Amino acid sequence: MAELFSNFGNITWQQVVMWVIGAILIILAIKKQMEPTLLLPMGFGAILVNLPLSGAVTQIYEGAEEIGIIDVLFNSGIANELFPLLLFVGIGAMIDFGPLLSNPKLLIFGAAAQFGIFFTLSLASLFGFSLTDAASVAIIGAADGPTSIFVANYFGTDYMGAITVAAYSYMALVPIIQPPVIKLLTTKNERRIRMPYKPGNVTKTTRILFPIVITMITGIVSPRSVALIGFLMFGNLIRECGVLDNLSESAQKVLANLVTLFLGITIATKMQAAQFLTWDTLKIIALGLVAFIIDTAGGVLFAKFLNLFLKKDKKINPMIGAAGISAFPMSARVVHKMGLAEDNQNFLLMHSIGVNVSGQIASVIAGGLILNLVG
Amino acid sequence: MKIDFNAMLDTLPIMGKGMLGIFLVTGVIILTIVLLNWLTSPRKKKSSDQDSQQDK
Repeated sequence: MAELFSNFGNITWQQVVMWVIGAILIILAIKKQMEPTLLLPMGFGAILVNLPLSGAVTQIYEGAEEIGIIDVLFNSGIANELFPLLLFVGIGAMIDFGPLLSNPKLLIFGAAAQFGIFFTLSLASLFGFSLTDAASVAIIGAADGPTSIFVANYFGTDYMGAITVAAYSYMALVPIIQPPVIKLLTTKNERRIRMPYKPGNVTKTTRILFPIVITMITGIVSPRSVALIGFLMFGNLIRECGVLDNLSESAQKVLANLVTLFLGITIATKMQAAQFLTWDTLKIIALGLVAFIIDTAGGVLFAKFLNLFLKKDKKINPMIGAAGISAFPMSARVVHKMGLAEDNQNFLLMHSIGVNVSGQIASVIAGGLILNLVG
Repeated sequence: MKIDFNAMLDTLPIMGKGMLGIFLVTGVIILTIVLLNWLTSPRKKKSSDQDSQQDK
């Protein structure tokens, strides 16, 4: 009988804290519907891997190593970058690049809104992170889960758990993080600027050639990002080619759901108390928030800068710059709602969606550049 | 908390190169999209001119 309860003695207060963190993630996922597809598996995984002598992760029993299934999944799905890349196929199949192709100038805002990544890289270095760890933390600013996981894993950081929790939590919190930053940096009159939407005619040929050409350009400039951009664009090519509707639907739904299911619980292997409960985790959570704020500010301020050179009737509503962070489509919706709140006839959705998908491309390019410049 | 100004200063060139790189690649992509749109858009004027010539 005593043997049955002997494992109770192995419970540590750190593990109990991780159970609480796991429970909080589950509550946020269910009650607040914050990125539930990722936060719920991560929350449950956090509890799973923090049970004393949990068989889900690798343990030493009586001198012999027993490999845990979560570690098996990590080594076969994340350590080799497979899961984030497969997820990118699904995301690529979900994205309609139409608004961007009809107004390609919007892409420039996606680029400007990546400033938070590079700013956070410097800030993380200032606070004592090594260059590769700083780069891994900075990529939270990509506001793009698979890119964050891909880059952080490439650099072999020990902070994968904290980085992933921060990246997905802040993506879910975009409607709370962005509005105050946008309001702080814009005047009421700027937020009221109307932008008539004149969709250009985008041919099917352009839609098909776009993913191929972008993969080639980005791949040549930043070879290490070929896998990231290539899988994203492969998914998009399946969507746009018009002859693979079944595959496109499978990529958007079945593949994306299946990978997401295992991604969350697998990441939890990096949420073991000994690794996760450190001051560095708190620093990473804070730096991630800075990255999102500076991304938002970068996009808005760049739009304001461009307005200095534009005629009065051609002015850009600077709020659309904020949608350049890749959190898709939450950021576009936030900007659209803020536009309507200032003027109920100000419809910014198509512009902000265009900028938002630009952010998706730009964040992958930024990830590739980080790999090239730091790796 | 450890503060390392020198490490931060070392990252500034990366920041500069990174932002420059991202704007350059973005610029090339914008030009590519403009070119794709131009090359693949139907030549309405030309075909309507030809139609009117045929009518004559």
